[in-house]
Amino acid sequence: MNPSSSAVSAPLCYPVSLRINGQQYRLEIQAWVSLLDLLRDRLDLTGSKKGCDHGQCGACTVLIGGRRVNSCLTLAVMQDGMDITTVEGLAAGQALHPLQQAFIDRDAFQCGYCTPGQLCSAVGLINEGEARTRDEVRELMSGNICRCGAYPQITSAVLDILPNAETADPTRDAPVVVGTVPA
Amino acid sequence: MNPIAYSRPASIPEAIGAIGEPTDASSATRACADAKFIAGGTNLTDLMKLHIMRPAQLVDINRLDLARIEASEDGGIALGALARNADTAYHPLVRTRYPLLSSAILAGASPQIRNMATDGGNLMQRTRCYYFYDRATPCNKREPGSGCSAIGGLTRQHAILGASAQCIATHPSDMCVALAALDATVHVHSKRGARCIAFGDFHRLPGDRADLDNTLAQDELITRITLPDADRFAAHCVYLKLRDRLSYAFALVSVAAALDVDEEGRIREARLALGSVAHKPWRRPDAEKVLVGAPPDADSFGRAADVLLEGAKGQGANDFKIPLAHRAIVRALKVAYAGTVTNLRHHRSLPDPGAGE
Repeated sequence: MNPSSSAVSAPLCYPVSLRINGQQYRLEIQAWVSLLDLLRDRLDLTGSKKGCDHGQCGACTVLIGGRRVNSCLTLAVMQDGMDITTVEGLAAGQALHPLQQAFIDRDAFQCGYCTPGQLCSAVGLINEGEARTRDEVRELMSGNICRCGAYPQITSAVLDILPNAETADPTRDAPVVVGTVPA
Repeated sequence: MNPIAYSRPASIPEAIGAIGEPTDASSATRACADAKFIAGGTNLTDLMKLHIMRPAQLVDINRLDLARIEASEDGGIALGALARNADTAYHPLVRTRYPLLSSAILAGASPQIRNMATDGGNLMQRTRCYYFYDRATPCNKREPGSGCSAIGGLTRQHAILGASAQCIATHPSDMCVALAALDATVHVHSKRGARCIAFGDFHRLPGDRADLDNTLAQDELITRITLPDADRFAAHCVYLKLRDRLSYAFALVSVAAALDVDEEGRIREARLALGSVAHKPWRRPDAEKVLVGAPPDADSFGRAADVLLEGAKGQGANDFKIPLAHRAIVRALKVAYAGTVTNLRHHRSLPDPGAGE
């Protein structure tokens, strides 16, 4: 961690190595650059959106080591050595990720601005394995805001590709019980 | 964001060395402290963007070996300061033995933030008082001596207990309410050595130093949080969080309630803490004593609420929080006594085929 300049007042740059969507990047970046700004402004990966820049909307959600995080709330330099997946890395070539196809099939967006964050967040949710019911998907997708209000379709799309979706679970499609998930 | 220097120590001694000398023995939350530790960064990064906190240097502690969650020999548990909130809430030991902690963590923030935020960092988060965030208005917490804009302002989320003429901000954490109820201890390291801070002594009331959220010195590093054995509460505890929307919102009032109920249904021991009503999680042992041996009914629960809320004072727009807190305490104690809601899943009577617990 040797900065390329020693004066605190000068724009210090730090070497950062990142693997993003399978591609290796070696960069020199200032410490105060957020991961989101690095992706959008320097690497031209503009799929991740800057909705609020304060961790309140989820539009910037990416996966770091398979875990969903708000890329606006972490500094790129802190992620040195990490493996990052953005919405651009979900599809395999021309083949959409099953979740992307489910979003199309379920009409799970209108304007589409929140969609990259919704997709990355839902992939993270599936990796976590904690959601089984509609209620739990709603609760565990609450970090992603959709101003168009496509929540019912988003929830359905996520439920479509949750593992073991075909196994009988009487609570999966039961009506939402307000307050039952962390009340 | 202001220009900052950055270092990433590989060990606790290196981290303590990198943070430098304490600039002021009580400046842990000072806006311009020379150096600050950063872990999850979910709150500090945001405050730096808004120029509310302006450290000249960040000491990134994420690579320290402090993320483990382990059972301790005395029947308790040790949470590494760098254990992520999500990993803590979903840890098998926490889920089964400290369900109150698990549900409190899961009631807070969003899944993305819980994946990033650390247990040590959760203790260090700053208030969400609108005026603290608004640099165009005076705020004693942000700029000591400038005044409090919240008093006489918009106070829906503000304190009803323990406030001062200088500050009526609340501590926003859910996790800390459970840690208070569970008698946690905070372990810290600095150049002066190690020390332990009882959870009730960690956060402080604003008094005439609203700029100080807690009793941690600027150069002290939280290394772990320990909890004593609490198995006797596991079947009868609940974290009730009341807020303006169903998810991903800070509490108006929250209640951590835990009861030790004997075979005859009598209350042997009780724990009761409130969140979002004061500058720190609000707990009073005399309120808990009211419940010991008392009939488990609304009258007894209401008497405990009376004691816990003694001296409560509204600011106008938040007067509703006093009766809201009273009813929330009674409801939380009823639910905890019944032992039917885990807050982690649906009601226990519903099918739960995949829980494996």
